Amino acid sequence: MPADIDLDSHDSVSADLSDRELAGLDALETDDPTDRSRALRAWSSLWPKLAAVAIAILLWQLVVWSHWKADYVLPGPRKVFPTLVDVVKTADFWRAVGNTMQRALFGFGLSVLIGSTVGAAVVRVRVLRTAVGSMITGLQTMPSIVWFPLAIVLFQLNERAILFVVVLGAAPSIANGLINGVDHVPPILIRAGTVLGARGFTLLRSVILPAALPSFVAGLKQGWAFAWRSLMAGELLVAIGNKPSLGVRLDYARTLNDYPLLIAYMIVILVVGIVVDAVFGVADRKVRARRGLLTR
Amino acid sequence: MTITDVRNDVDATTTGPAIHIAGLSRVFGSRAKPVRALEGFSLDVAPGEFACLVGASGCGKTTLLNIVAGLDKASSGTVDVGGRKVALMFQEGALFPWLTARGNIELALKLRGLKDRRARSARADELLELVQLADAGDRRPHELSGGMRQRVSLARAFAQDAEILLMDEPFGALDAMTRDVLHDELERLWKATGVTILFVTHNVREAARLADRIVLLASRPGRVIAEFPVSVTRPRRIESPEVGSLAGSITERLRAEVRRHAR
Repeated sequence: MPADIDLDSHDSVSADLSDRELAGLDALETDDPTDRSRALRAWSSLWPKLAAVAIAILLWQLVVWSHWKADYVLPGPRKVFPTLVDVVKTADFWRAVGNTMQRALFGFGLSVLIGSTVGAAVVRVRVLRTAVGSMITGLQTMPSIVWFPLAIVLFQLNERAILFVVVLGAAPSIANGLINGVDHVPPILIRAGTVLGARGFTLLRSVILPAALPSFVAGLKQGWAFAWRSLMAGELLVAIGNKPSLGVRLDYARTLNDYPLLIAYMIVILVVGIVVDAVFGVADRKVRARRGLLTR
Repeated sequence: MTITDVRNDVDATTTGPAIHIAGLSRVFGSRAKPVRALEGFSLDVAPGEFACLVGASGCGKTTLLNIVAGLDKASSGTVDVGGRKVALMFQEGALFPWLTARGNIELALKLRGLKDRRARSARADELLELVQLADAGDRRPHELSGGMRQRVSLARAFAQDAEILLMDEPFGALDAMTRDVLHDELERLWKATGVTILFVTHNVREAARLADRIVLLASRPGRVIAEFPVSVTRPRRIESPEVGSLAGSITERLRAEVRRHAR
């Protein structure tokens, strides 16, 4: 066979016609994505959230106005927000946030490591799946605070007790995300990968894992939510002296009967949770949009 | 347009069929309740031939392609492709949705063993050009039309530098207009590359439009019941009377086969 082939040598008129038909069909069948401006899109997703916050604050204020509880027990936004602003200016607050976030990141990182390892093992080994597959789901449904008595017995009142519970809270979700993702890889993609010559680890790396990524990211997102809850419970229960953290500060505010401060810290904890969740949300949407899994 | 055929000439001098299938059987299910997908299936496809398999549901087409592609094992019988590389193209295209059109092609090149990144990129450009999608390389599968996806899939199959191309109802999900144009495309690529094609379809007219030879299959178990050489001169049009009358007589035969299964 010749190395170079001139495709147009025969019947060039009809070939040209068919080329034009092809180009016409392509143009007709794909629409140009006319994206709205970035700012406009950001605003359209931002304003409902802002409105929701405003409504929540209004409801809170209404409850305060109703004098359901005494003013000093349930302070209103007008007392809490100045307190919040004052607190945010202190170095102690940022030390507390720093300690808490450090634990959160380390605990979550360890959960990702353990969750992925366990998930991968369960996916690969059939016996393991039968043995621990349903146990992982069981662990996931168990409130992690239940682990604290045991954690305190095992590790005493220290960092490791908190870490233990955070990992037990988050790792099952992450493992499950990976397992579900791999389970639901469309068989045709695996066939396609095999036909292209991917086997074993190559197949895993170039086909199965990328196909499982959306589910894995969803698992990470859920894992974070569990990690954050476990961490807050841990910081409230396992107060570690001379190490300020959000949980400890929250507890102090209650002991000192400083209720505006109490609610201010609650808001901080809520905001941290929402912000990190939003980061996962962005990653989740990116991953799914890439694959055409988002309905616009 | 000029394309370069970089296929390593394995044994262009060898005579004999590109695909030799003899007495092939494939049984699924338990021993007590066996499902015979293929039984005593024999077929030779000559190098460079365009053969179409036509059959009703249950004729074991997919099983056959899987076995020839090495995705499945025969229960008995032989399949010999003489060491030729085999590519398989699916009805749904089966593109990887997380990769762009170019990424899909480059992955195929990488898995084939093309190590150099720049060589991969250059070859991907050529292949995109080959299926007339040079401008769509950076789009992801969900941003392409069905016909475009199938062309990317075709380019990906060509990226494997296979000498045998198996096609499992590749245009089955497309509208008639797009299918027509893709028939022209496929014929052009087949002529240009000299690849051996084994093409499975439900559509008898499609087979008559494309094939050198049409092989009619019986269902449950799948086996060859008739062969029709197609002597209509190329280029053909799917609406031409010659294609139509050939398709008509094959359809008649196929219907008789389907009636046999009525209970």
